[in-house]
Amino acid sequence: MFRNNYDNDSVTYSPTGRLFQVEYALEAIKQGSAAVGITSGSHVVLVALKRNAEELGSYQKKIIKVDDHMGIALAGLAPDARVLSNYLRKLAMNSKLVFNRPLLTSKAVLSIADKAQENTQLYGSRPYGVGLLVAGWDETGAHLYEFQPSGSVLEYNGAAIGARSQAARTYLERNLDAIRSCTEIEELVVHGLNALRDTLSQDMELTIQNTSVSFVGKDKDFTIHDNEDVQQWLDKLDSTSNDKNNANDDEDDDNDEPAEGTATAADSTQPELTQEGAAADDNMETD
Amino acid sequence: MNHDPFYWGRPSDETYGHYNHAIANAKSQIPTSHTQQPIITGTSVLALKFKNGVAIAADNMGSYGSLLRFNNIERLIRVGTETIVGISGDISDLQYIERLLHQLQTEEEVYDSDGGHNLRAPHVHEYLSRVMYNRRLKMDPLWNAIIVAGFSDDRTPFLRYVDLLGVTYGSLALATGFGAHLAVPLLRKLVPYDADYEKVSEEQARVAIADSLRVLYYRDARSSDKYTFAVLTFENDKINVDYKQDLKVENQSWRFAENLIGYGSKQQ
Repeated sequence: MFRNNYDNDSVTYSPTGRLFQVEYALEAIKQGSAAVGITSGSHVVLVALKRNAEELGSYQKKIIKVDDHMGIALAGLAPDARVLSNYLRKLAMNSKLVFNRPLLTSKAVLSIADKAQENTQLYGSRPYGVGLLVAGWDETGAHLYEFQPSGSVLEYNGAAIGARSQAARTYLERNLDAIRSCTEIEELVVHGLNALRDTLSQDMELTIQNTSVSFVGKDKDFTIHDNEDVQQWLDKLDSTSNDKNNANDDEDDDNDEPAEGTATAADSTQPELTQEGAAADDNMETD
Repeated sequence: MNHDPFYWGRPSDETYGHYNHAIANAKSQIPTSHTQQPIITGTSVLALKFKNGVAIAADNMGSYGSLLRFNNIERLIRVGTETIVGISGDISDLQYIERLLHQLQTEEEVYDSDGGHNLRAPHVHEYLSRVMYNRRLKMDPLWNAIIVAGFSDDRTPFLRYVDLLGVTYGSLALATGFGAHLAVPLLRKLVPYDADYEKVSEEQARVAIADSLRVLYYRDARSSDKYTFAVLTFENDKINVDYKQDLKVENQSWRFAENLIGYGSKQQ
């Protein structure tokens, strides 16, 4: 059997300059169900697909509120995300108490990045197995960041993490201009849900049980919609776009042509999708 | 067992001997606490809001009791690009607070790579009020009275006080120490009501502060005529800091002194 000699700990480089434990942690994100984030400049929307471990069980929470102006969506090991969100909540409270100001989104995300980076350099520790999308509104505007267990953090206009998230990214790339010019939260949420729906496998649909919607922005506290509250958003989805199982997929109502003419893009993403989908079925511990 | 309630909860006399009451009345055994009184002190800090800014001043004296020991103590600290913190009281505690504020700025720079200039006067004041009250709770206060001058988030002038008890308040005219008695009435003569600070011009504010410093130099035996004066203004969407050191109290006239009686040795 193939054995890798350079993945016993997170502090040893392979001869090719890779840290395998860190790369495995990044794989853990792909095991989790998808989360999508988009920002229009004045608002940020996070949507996520929830999974239940078994038919009788509850769905794992995918979006966590940090403060009135900040929240996160997760993909990967949910317990690791809880630890990180508790840390963020602590930082947010501290900022309010000591400085009487809300925590800056950039500061929040760099703080957890510092925490995650330590785990890639300390012997005996394990990198976090979760990726986060951090959404926040502060005095510098609306921000969306992606956090990775490697400790890297990047700001995005649109980002997707988790199983089959490439499909969502493809949607976001095609509709970037429409998303950036959104003035209403409603439009932004619809774009988010469209992207999220693209990550679903053939036999699945967005339902009020498995969908979480959240948003934050100008004059809008961070709000999470679950269960019955999601119905209003799913209704909007059906009125503005066709069902995804339809042969002619033209969810992006602003440009119909590329939807059919992007066979190459679809081809390149297809193998990855099936691979990720299969992996997701194996392991139910990630969300 | 001894059933007398007076002995409940006490070590039994048979085993331990008589209870040593000195333990409960340990006044003589409290450690000497040299840090719980000021040693080298700075006197008043004065500050006044005006239409589009704040003026703040403090002299450079550091007194050792009534001995005017140092005349080169800087008591106005710049924090970030748009905040001045003026400190009176113990000078070593001042230096400690100065170090805290520098640490704060360093941390701010680490996480503010985009240069949002996020640390403003209200945040600095909130932080200092937490530090001061925290040290008071430890029964080891930082022996200072502090005035924070700068701008609020909406760019209106900000002026607020905090002292060794953790007490805070804001006003259009603030002064610490002796200045709270001598200078505040003079500054208030210019503008009686807080909301009227918008009627004060920068020039009026400069003159009022300079006049108050002169009166303090006449009357406060712990003051000096060498001082630092900072004027923060917000103009054309930009904050300007005019920070001048080594200024001299001008237009002194000691002719009133020969008529003074009642101090020191008896005079004819």
